[in-house]
Amino acid sequence: MHWLFAPGLLASAPVRQALLLGFLIALTAAVVGVFVVVRGQSFAGHALTDVATTGGAGAALYGLTPLVGFLTGAVAGAGAMELIGRERAQRRDVATGVVLGGATGLSGLFLYLSATTTSSTGVTQRVLFGSLFSVSSAMVPAALLIGALVLVVMAIVARPLLLSSVSPDIATARGLSPLTLGLAFLLVAATTVGLCALAIGSILSTALLIGPAAAALKVTRSLRSAIIVASVLGVAATWAGIVLSYDSYTWRSSHQGLPVSFFVVALILLTYGLCAWRRARSTRV
Amino acid sequence: MIHAWEVGTIVAIVAGVVGFFVVLRDSAFPAHAIPNGAFAGAAGASLIGVSTLVGLGVFAAAGALAIAALGRRTRNDVATALVLVGMLAVGAAFLSQSTSYEPEVFSLLFGQILGVGTNQLLPVAVVGLGSCLIVIALARPLLLSSLTPDIARARGLRTDGLNVVFLLIVAAVTTIAVPVVGTLLMFTLMIGPPAAARGFTKRPVVALSLSALIAVVVLWAAIASAYAMNWPVGFFVGIFSALAYGLSRLWQWRR
Repeated sequence: MHWLFAPGLLASAPVRQALLLGFLIALTAAVVGVFVVVRGQSFAGHALTDVATTGGAGAALYGLTPLVGFLTGAVAGAGAMELIGRERAQRRDVATGVVLGGATGLSGLFLYLSATTTSSTGVTQRVLFGSLFSVSSAMVPAALLIGALVLVVMAIVARPLLLSSVSPDIATARGLSPLTLGLAFLLVAATTVGLCALAIGSILSTALLIGPAAAALKVTRSLRSAIIVASVLGVAATWAGIVLSYDSYTWRSSHQGLPVSFFVVALILLTYGLCAWRRARSTRV
Repeated sequence: MIHAWEVGTIVAIVAGVVGFFVVLRDSAFPAHAIPNGAFAGAAGASLIGVSTLVGLGVFAAAGALAIAALGRRTRNDVATALVLVGMLAVGAAFLSQSTSYEPEVFSLLFGQILGVGTNQLLPVAVVGLGSCLIVIALARPLLLSSLTPDIARARGLRTDGLNVVFLLIVAAVTTIAVPVVGTLLMFTLMIGPPAAARGFTKRPVVALSLSALIAVVVLWAAIASAYAMNWPVGFFVGIFSALAYGLSRLWQWRR
């Protein structure tokens, strides 16, 4: 098995921690992601990751832990987007874009300041692309707790949320408020994005959120099975990505490994391609 | 400094004009994804030692074609998101292999307008003018196909083809603008000013001109502030664009 599992893989503490964190984060992202895709909020989901970047960069500048920064940024961004874009769905994309642009500018400033005023190096790359191997072990309990919390909230709001996504009118008639639900969901999504950003970096967390969900929705018929398939795909891609990234240090004599995020995203896209192809073949017959 | 003003002004006008159609066609997400993904091309180009512009151009065009092709089969926003993260992941891999300094990564992402040279002026002017002319020539079909796609198709317009052409124009504009304002903020200049302009007036021609004007003002103010405070230009572009949009919303609300 040495060709697949490089020596010392499972004995290494960072790898074991990465596998544990990766499991929970991928699971949370897949569950929330199915709703993001069904509700057609891929752009908002992605924009949240960029707003999370701002928070992460700000945290790096002021020496706070990245998780706090990612979460604060994403939640504040979600609030701003809902506030500007709530009256018309057609305007939602533009509102998202404006918030996104402002936030990106701010993260540019934070990164610039932390590169010029502090002695730490590699901040830009770490915040944007992250590394599951370098998450500090003090963050693990907090990350696990937040992930579990998101899953519990999703279990509670799943049915009303689905109803209000599919037919807002019926939901309103039943006494639900689509606007409140929408805001609540965006906040949950923001928290999830903050977690993902910790794992594979803020600008790639879109992959964990959208990829497995989009692939699962291609091959399943019910929401329940889509959530299950998406979770399995997300966790499998994340674990395989961790193993491959660890292995990649031994692939070349220079011992220059490839980042975890690269493998995770590559595997997710491959799975999506396969699912889309299967779907295309089955509908043609 | 003079070059920064000249190149910046061209980029702003082009972004204002093309961006007007981006906002009109609800293409904010593709317009965000193409510059962002093109960043991967720049990283790859610096890895194998070819010009950054080549890398940007190839990746921007490939991204535009992939979004258009995938978008026909799947939900548009999902297709865009997947293409974007695919390109970014490749970019992350390139970066991990290259030994370039952090400032280089930073300037690709957030731009380095004050370092623009004379040799960049001509390509920017040619590509920028060309893109503007094509968009204005296509203005009527673009308007029709974004406002009422059904009527456009009934009139024999090939909306899919038109979409590909439009996304390729966005890709071309991206390629020339990224060395100036950076990948992440090219998008801001294409969304903020046009969205603000549409709030001020409903007439398309006026809004189009106003959009270009706001973009130029935003960029000029941003360059001046960046020069005065020695902070990145991108930050000011982002903040001033958001401010312009905020003012336009305030204007609408007052009336």
